[in-house]
Amino acid sequence: MTDVSATPTAAAAARSQGAGMKTALRWGLYLILGLFAVYYLMPLFVMLTTSLKSLEEIRTGDLVALPREVTFDAWAKAWSGACTGIQCEGVRPYFWNSVLIAVPGVLISTLLGAVNGYVIAQWRFKGANIIFALMLFGCFIPFQVVLLPMARLLGLMGIAGTIPGLVFVHVIYGIGFTTLFFRNYYVTIPQELVKAAKVDGAGFLRIFWSIFLPLSIPIIVVSVIWQFTQIWNDFLFGVSFSSAGTQPVTVALNNIVNSTTGVKEYNVDMAAAIIAALPTLLVYVVAGKYFIRGLTAGSVKG
Amino acid sequence: MAPILDIQHLYKNYGATEILKDINVSIEPGDFLVLVGPSGCGKSTLLNCIAGLEPITGGTLKIGGEDMTHVSPKDRDIAMVFQSYALYPTMSVAKNITFGMKVRGVDQATQDRKLAEVARQLQIEPLLKRRPGQLSGGQRQRVAMGRALVRDPKLFLFDEPLSNLDAKLRVEMRTEIKSLHQRLGASMVYVTHDQIEAMTLATKIVVMKGGVIQQIGTPAEIYNKPANLFVADFMGSPAMNLIPAKARANGVGTKLEIARDGAEPIVLTDTRATNLPEDVILGLRPEDISEPGYRSGESVQQAQCKVEIVEPAGADTYVMTTLGGKQITARLHAETAAAPGAAHTFAFDLGKVSYFNPGTGERIL
Amino acid sequence: MAKWFETHLPKIVLAPSFIAVLIFVYGFIGWTAWVSLTRSKLMPRYEIDGFIQYDRLFASPRWDTAMNNLYIFGGMFIVISLVLGLILAILLDQQIRVEGAIRTIYLYPMALSMIVTGTAWKWILNPGLGVQAMVQGWGFENFKFDWLVNPDMAIYTVVMAAIWQSSGFVMALFLAGLRSVDTEIIRAAQIDGIPTWRVYTAIIIPSMAPIFLSAFIVLAHLAIKSFDLVIALTGGGPGYATDLPATYMYAMAFSRGDVGQAASSAMIMMMVIFIIVVPYLYSELRAKK
Repeated sequence: MTDVSATPTAAAAARSQGAGMKTALRWGLYLILGLFAVYYLMPLFVMLTTSLKSLEEIRTGDLVALPREVTFDAWAKAWSGACTGIQCEGVRPYFWNSVLIAVPGVLISTLLGAVNGYVIAQWRFKGANIIFALMLFGCFIPFQVVLLPMARLLGLMGIAGTIPGLVFVHVIYGIGFTTLFFRNYYVTIPQELVKAAKVDGAGFLRIFWSIFLPLSIPIIVVSVIWQFTQIWNDFLFGVSFSSAGTQPVTVALNNIVNSTTGVKEYNVDMAAAIIAALPTLLVYVVAGKYFIRGLTAGSVKG
Repeated sequence: MAPILDIQHLYKNYGATEILKDINVSIEPGDFLVLVGPSGCGKSTLLNCIAGLEPITGGTLKIGGEDMTHVSPKDRDIAMVFQSYALYPTMSVAKNITFGMKVRGVDQATQDRKLAEVARQLQIEPLLKRRPGQLSGGQRQRVAMGRALVRDPKLFLFDEPLSNLDAKLRVEMRTEIKSLHQRLGASMVYVTHDQIEAMTLATKIVVMKGGVIQQIGTPAEIYNKPANLFVADFMGSPAMNLIPAKARANGVGTKLEIARDGAEPIVLTDTRATNLPEDVILGLRPEDISEPGYRSGESVQQAQCKVEIVEPAGADTYVMTTLGGKQITARLHAETAAAPGAAHTFAFDLGKVSYFNPGTGERIL
Repeated sequence: MAKWFETHLPKIVLAPSFIAVLIFVYGFIGWTAWVSLTRSKLMPRYEIDGFIQYDRLFASPRWDTAMNNLYIFGGMFIVISLVLGLILAILLDQQIRVEGAIRTIYLYPMALSMIVTGTAWKWILNPGLGVQAMVQGWGFENFKFDWLVNPDMAIYTVVMAAIWQSSGFVMALFLAGLRSVDTEIIRAAQIDGIPTWRVYTAIIIPSMAPIFLSAFIVLAHLAIKSFDLVIALTGGGPGYATDLPATYMYAMAFSRGDVGQAASSAMIMMMVIFIIVVPYLYSELRAKK
């Protein structure tokens, strides 16, 4: 059920007859779908046009009007000059913080998920299903319930407010999902493959490395995209466990928008919001198929 | 010669459930052992135990005279062909075949030589660069065989290797495996649920049910002298007719009375059988019920029965009637005059009959 | 020794993750549960003192607002997203020529951070320069749309933004479900002369019950965890008119310095999710066997 791009159902194929009526219905259908497309695109459009307007034009002009004069000043300021409280360095340093958090976080959690999924799906032992159920349940807890003890633990470990600390948190609470992805992928591979490799003389790691990893490209992509979107878009862990210099871009964006010093610069806010959204949007545009697979895999089945 | 495979008192449990109970089998070098039985009878588990893919709970297992109970699969000197072929999907055919040698650190020249040898033997040379996904079912089957052959092991294990092929290909591959066995003189253990495969391939058959061995024997022994009702019913197609009868000793032997619905009982006399209990089950293969003139001899006895169904099958025609409350099948020649609803004279060859105890199901005679 | 290592390697490899989950999920839940039963204030204390924190929580008008908001927000968000998602999926299932493009447009908000969504809608809905000002500028001087700053209506702006973000995802789920319905059943219905709309209401939609269930679970889960969106859109305000349990918990933990309240509110959130998710996970895991 994860393949959205299959052919439309036959019910849709054979519609009731009556040519004129049919054409009218068709047009109505496209009109409705078009209106909804406008609805979903509108906020992005408004963000984009606002970010290209001068503050003066925003005050006098229309919300949905195109900019009379396109200016990238707001973008420049958002990138390197906007204030997040008392600091005024734009989102740039925080953007790189997010990269530094997301890249190791994604890699480590995906690797662990792959190994875990491999063990649970292919090297079943007594209790493996219970372990899987316990890990799966970890995906569903509200993170508020671990916020307080995690804050204390990071303090004890001496990585409170650091980027490694945030990586650690994202890895811990990401392995549930990555394990789920890989387990569900590997469980469809016949167990005979492992048996054949065992008879051939390969061991646990060799089988994983030579046979299962090369098979796993699609699910690795799903896992990487999922984890990247999760970590990049995270706000709760970012705001709870970062300190002044280590905040991720979502936290910085929120600080810029809610900064009370000076004039409210809506165009800068919008430019910053788009910058913060760009990496995940880009991923979505490039690999939407895998993104959807991750969403559906994360929501259904176990 | 020492047995190549020797299993003594093997038990296998999953938790509290006993999967295999007191298995004792041994085969000589060059034997083709077929483990056959319905699904869930434990035959695949037994094969996995031989391969070392499943630990055994009790008993001993020797391959080539060495105790293998705690030896891992890679050190047992075996090769295995799987039902799903289990080809490594991301490797080419050549890599699939040489993977085992590569893992064991065999040098490249030997790998190449053995690969070429096996590829020629199985006629898969044009396929070597392809991936398993680009092969047909029959080709995959060959590659899987190649992967086993190249290892030149003490013992070949086959886990229902033909069950994913279509009927025609299955027969072809069956013949090929048989000729391979004769050519190599290798020792093989082969699991199947298909009794025809078992009969055609085996030098020795083990019939299993519920984790217990029902009978061990040559195909002829299993077919002609089934050890119990289960084996009688399971081996052979159409199945052996199992007809309840009353046995009474008389001067010349034993009189067998078979009840019929709405007609006088049939009475047959077996001059060979003595000391039968009163209630018996008579086992007679469909081909041992024929027509007068086709079988002769003193053991053949005739009786008239009402024909119910006639099923022409080309070379033979199967004719069904009811005896002793059971539908029974006779295998007649293609030109038989038997017609549904009409009475017909059948010839029962009592020289081929098996007797079973209806209570225990065990063979009496 | 080597043999032991070889046979236990899978377990050894799985162990770190499992231990991590045991500690950081279950251990931490236990810690929070424990602390929620103490008189912890600025710092956690470990002497159990009964349900005093829960008494305080249930007596707190702010928590009351948060739970009420959760019902309003969760209820509307889930129902509207499901209905909208289903309608869009059915409309898109009519052999639309540019289906791929439309699907991409409907679904992209799901790739955005809630903070970005909140920021965008905050700008669109702000009465001074947003939609209200725009419509007034068109000559409708009396047009009023100030929900964002109206304590009675602000929670509905959160609902609007959340639906915008998630309904496309629900659409994708339903669309996949529509496509997985056995086409032979549909053909059989057509041969029986059943009209298309009846085919949908009588055959296709009922057969998607499991998808309704999983969509519901995901949406409910999103609703209960909702935090970023409220922070970015309304900041929980005006006053604490749009507080949700998640923002309440955060405020207690990190700005009010009331660890006991933070822990007890987190436990309530946990239990709400527990009630929804556990039966679902249980049935899913059982069905797989």
